[in-house]
Amino acid sequence: MNNISTVAEKPKIYWEPNEYHHVPYQIYSDGGIYEEEQKRLFRGPVWQFVGLDMEVPNPGDFKTTWIGDTPILLIRDETGALNAFVNRCAHRGTTLCFEAYGNKPVLSCVYHNWCFDLQGNLQSVAFQHGIRKQGGLPKDFCFKDHGLTRLRVAQVRNLVFATFSDETPPIEEFLGETMVSHMNRIFNRPMKILGTYSQYMHNNWKLYMENVKDSYHASLLHLFFTTFRLNRLSMEGGLLLDDSGGHHISYSKVKTDSSQDTEYETGQLRAQQDDFTLADRRLLRTFPEFEDGITHAIQGIFPTMVVQQIQNSLAVRQLVPRGPGECELFWTILGYEDDTPDQTDMRLKQSNLIGPAGLVSMEDGIIGSLVQRAIDCDSDKSTVLEMGGHSVENQKSRVSEASVRGFWKAYRTHMDL
Amino acid sequence: MNEITMMLLPRVENLISRYVHCVDDYRLAEIPDFFTDDALYRIIPRRNYEQGHLVGIMECDGKGMIHDRMSSLNRANIFEPHRYRHMVSATVIRGAEGGEIRADTNFFVARIMESGEFSLFTTGVYRDVIVEKEGQLLFKERIVVCDSTRVDSLLALPI
Ligand code: FES
Ligand SMILES: [Fe+2]
Repeated sequence: MNNISTVAEKPKIYWEPNEYHHVPYQIYSDGGIYEEEQKRLFRGPVWQFVGLDMEVPNPGDFKTTWIGDTPILLIRDETGALNAFVNRCAHRGTTLCFEAYGNKPVLSCVYHNWCFDLQGNLQSVAFQHGIRKQGGLPKDFCFKDHGLTRLRVAQVRNLVFATFSDETPPIEEFLGETMVSHMNRIFNRPMKILGTYSQYMHNNWKLYMENVKDSYHASLLHLFFTTFRLNRLSMEGGLLLDDSGGHHISYSKVKTDSSQDTEYETGQLRAQQDDFTLADRRLLRTFPEFEDGITHAIQGIFPTMVVQQIQNSLAVRQLVPRGPGECELFWTILGYEDDTPDQTDMRLKQSNLIGPAGLVSMEDGIIGSLVQRAIDCDSDKSTVLEMGGHSVENQKSRVSEASVRGFWKAYRTHMDL
Repeated sequence: MNEITMMLLPRVENLISRYVHCVDDYRLAEIPDFFTDDALYRIIPRRNYEQGHLVGIMECDGKGMIHDRMSSLNRANIFEPHRYRHMVSATVIRGAEGGEIRADTNFFVARIMESGEFSLFTTGVYRDVIVEKEGQLLFKERIVVCDSTRVDSLLALPI
């Protein structure tokens, strides 16, 4: 994986060593960087979120997904274990499963009917012995050498991760204690899927992840939040980062809003129209859900996963790069199995806040593209990330770009840039 | 189809046509007037719809929430200026009982950006429940079932 030739071929990029408060525009559009990311991040020593265990509840249940550009098959076997494979036949490379979800007792390839068991072992080859002793496989053909490419799999509660590398540290170590305990907090009892959809964006995948980690923009780009006092930066909250910088949690408590003496009160900010009222406030009906009083928590897991709690709107998002200039975001909206009908109704109403039509978040579907189209022409210039200083550390204020800098710290480490 | 539904069909199709013209003309403030006070307006991908999942792309429970959507588009949300162009099929009346007409209508929606760029944005079927109030047909329920699970960039304007 780390052979000399990849180092020699490394794309040329000018970037001050250990600098995270400037990021060269080239990083968002360079095809060579994109290839390097596939090797070092997506197929490198990094855990990648591939789905929720309840998406594949029974033996033989599978879902298809991606890690970077690589098509992935997540399937539950007869023992109940979850296995992840490259979704590709070991014969001639045909896509094995082309449905989004399904169930198969055995993985048979449509092209020449090679069959693999649910552990990925090659089970049978059509016409293995030829017809009337003509054709067929040579005697020394080894079935064992022709299984599916298998990934390591790990789970934190309902969240399933996979990795290509033997060097990836155990999942708890990769995530760190703070990140794991936040996952335990949300996935504390049986959950259910309320809906899924995806959002296709015309920007480099990293622009979306930066946006997720940019708590500074929340009340400035998204007017809906601010107007209804759902997420003012002056509310109690903060940023938590793991040691690598790559993972973060941005959290706040809505009840403790005190916005005196801030810029909000001067009426200067565009993102403030206090005469804006809703005709039907049931849209904002919420119920207290967590004992710590935290009402908003966005957790970004390096490189491409998000765990979301926006009031009672719970979701996971998985970002899949689609070439240097595009990406697709897969949303899974969640509730608890023991939700009352009224709680389900509130989650359903609050789903209006998120997603591609989100009253709060729709702007995130376009903001990356607004950046991408303006920077492609000037790959030698760079972006500025100096809110909250130059450091990568926990912050009391969310008027900070520390978690974005943290992303770049982890990125540079993994990319050896 | 019985005689009553035959007589209703032109009026139902007229309601659906007036609605899509209203959206395509960007008369957003008038959209709530197509709905009853307790109307349900939901945009949901077909896969969720068929699996019985309720959560989709957009969910308005009542005329008030439809109104709030439109005023949020007008005042709060930021997106590149664009228009839709709807093409709808002939309507199939699925039933007419208890003063409620159930009608299905296919649609194609093109999205046209100010830059001139245009694309087929979404396709699907309107699954409507229509009632008559004071001589006027209104949507009591409009489930917009989109064929694709994927939305390009964002979905701001109603379908
Ligand atoms: S490619 Fe799969 S059996 Fe030949
Ligand atoms: Fe945002």
